[in-house]
Amino acid sequence: MGTHSRFTFWRIVGAVLLLAALAATVLRFAGSLGDATNLSDRFPWGIWIGFDVLCGVGLAAGGFTLAATVHIFHLKRFEPIVRPAILTAFLGYLLVCAALMFDLGKPWNIWHPLVMWNPHSVMFEVGWCVMLYTTVLFLEFLPLVLERFRLERARRMLRRFMIPVVILGVILSTLHQSSLGTLFLIMPEKMNALWYTPLLPILFFVSAIATGLAMTIFESWHSARAFARQLEFPLIQKLARVLAVMIAVYLAMRFMDISGRHAWGMLDQPGAERWLFTLEIVLMAVPMLLLLREKTRRSPQAIYLSSVMYLLGFVTNRLNVGITSLERASGVEYMPKWSEVAVTLGLVAAGFAIFRLAAQHLPVFEDAVEPAPPAAWEEEAPGPAYAAAQRQ
Amino acid sequence: MVKAVLYDSTLCIGCRQCEQACAAGKNLPYNDKIAAEERLSDRKLTTIRTYGERFSRKLCMHCQDPTCVSVCPVTALEKTRLGPVIYHEDRCMGCRYCMAACPFQVPVYEWHSRLPRMRKCDMCADLLVKDQPTRCSTVCPMNATITGERSELLAEARKRIAANPSQYYPEVYGATEAGGTSVFVIAAVAFNQIGYNTLIPKSPMPAFTWSVLQHIPQVVAVGTVLMGGIYWITSRREDVAREEGR
Repeated sequence: MGTHSRFTFWRIVGAVLLLAALAATVLRFAGSLGDATNLSDRFPWGIWIGFDVLCGVGLAAGGFTLAATVHIFHLKRFEPIVRPAILTAFLGYLLVCAALMFDLGKPWNIWHPLVMWNPHSVMFEVGWCVMLYTTVLFLEFLPLVLERFRLERARRMLRRFMIPVVILGVILSTLHQSSLGTLFLIMPEKMNALWYTPLLPILFFVSAIATGLAMTIFESWHSARAFARQLEFPLIQKLARVLAVMIAVYLAMRFMDISGRHAWGMLDQPGAERWLFTLEIVLMAVPMLLLLREKTRRSPQAIYLSSVMYLLGFVTNRLNVGITSLERASGVEYMPKWSEVAVTLGLVAAGFAIFRLAAQHLPVFEDAVEPAPPAAWEEEAPGPAYAAAQRQ
Repeated sequence: MVKAVLYDSTLCIGCRQCEQACAAGKNLPYNDKIAAEERLSDRKLTTIRTYGERFSRKLCMHCQDPTCVSVCPVTALEKTRLGPVIYHEDRCMGCRYCMAACPFQVPVYEWHSRLPRMRKCDMCADLLVKDQPTRCSTVCPMNATITGERSELLAEARKRIAANPSQYYPEVYGATEAGGTSVFVIAAVAFNQIGYNTLIPKSPMPAFTWSVLQHIPQVVAVGTVLMGGIYWITSRREDVAREEGR
């Protein structure tokens, strides 16, 4: 009964968010960008870029991180969580595409980068990465559908191409995650020095890997609760340890970079920047310190909460790069309009709803199908490490 | 031959005939209310700005190596051989990267249109090809804005400063900004006192992103070999382990 009312509550919240998003959609497409946003000539990019695109792509990073772990590095014990990670990534990219349709002034021209090439443009690279990696994620997601409908021959055929597809996906992700940082390299005189650095592409990439791990922990926790499944706890513990190390690497790079550029002085300047910078760093440093402790890693709740805290830190960082750091030089104060927030939250709600639907109807979780199906893309039986992980 | 525009703030009387001629040339409305808005917008592609007794003019700088041309993912912006940076609206998909990236904050957007375009000064490219000066130059009663050959105008600007050092701030805005532009400004006071951004890097901006983008082929090549190699080693190790297990 308790579970039931909790679902009902979230369903109502989801329905309200989707309705608000629908109203905002009408405003955007029956009207104009000016009607639906608080964007201006001085501040042309808002939360549809800062959150929906920058964070959306980052939060989808679990797809390539785990695909590489399991299919390239052959760490088979992580196999049970690779499918939910790929599903999350695929949905994430579809939602980024949807957000782009809202943000572009003429979304019907979205195919133009296919034929009108400008290799000097970071946005050109970003566009191609979105298109190609969404295709790759579709191919990585397809086995779930083929398995569901027992299309054995198609599945076998697809499996033959899977390794090159996974490698392509890792490379495209590397390019895409970093290129979102590269986008901002051309604005040195506009960005606050706490965020502008030639290292932006590398920082974006490293923090994306950490985010991929944190998102995997996040979704494992939620699916375990929603579907009353066993949490793959030994795996989660291992992910948590790697997550702590990745955050440590990221923060070390971040601090060394700021010191190297002698930019700490920016913290003396009054304004919201220094507080939002502090918030971003604290939200990453605290979960790192927590997860480095053995004691924290013994509790599923502690791991989950630490991961959520890191994810909030990651989101703060992307919003700081995309919005906070540019506000001072623009001379205007940007606050998103209700319709901008509604579209963003609506897309997030849609993401949760579709994930739930997919998890109910497709073989996303290994133990959801009876009898246990063979591993997704490989015919080998699970290795001893995998079996040991299951026993724990 | 590369064309350019020189604006001499010390000659400008703020009559705004340049604004009016520009609006007429672009079929934009013009009235007192619009005249009073001293900022660029989708109905004002150039503007006079008042700083007490002094005036300054804002228009597209038509960079030699334009940031907007380099960032546009669909080649909707083009630096023409004559100097103007022009916009192909049929190519544009409205990502607004040009607006985010332009160091001079020139491009503006038709926020309230359902078929929105980016708008900016095009240096009257239609007239330049006929070897005629820009509309703002033709109409200026004080010759504060003139059109000419880029090298000649830069020399002219420096000559005026040298001939009258007490009257001019000793630099030409646009000579080195963002690697050099096709619009030059000279004035009586430091440029940041009359609304010009003096923090813009002195080298061409596209290099900031190209220094990263040029490494993509290496990333792809090294990444493919590395991933393929790791896959080969790990799967081989697995095969061996299985054989030995039997």
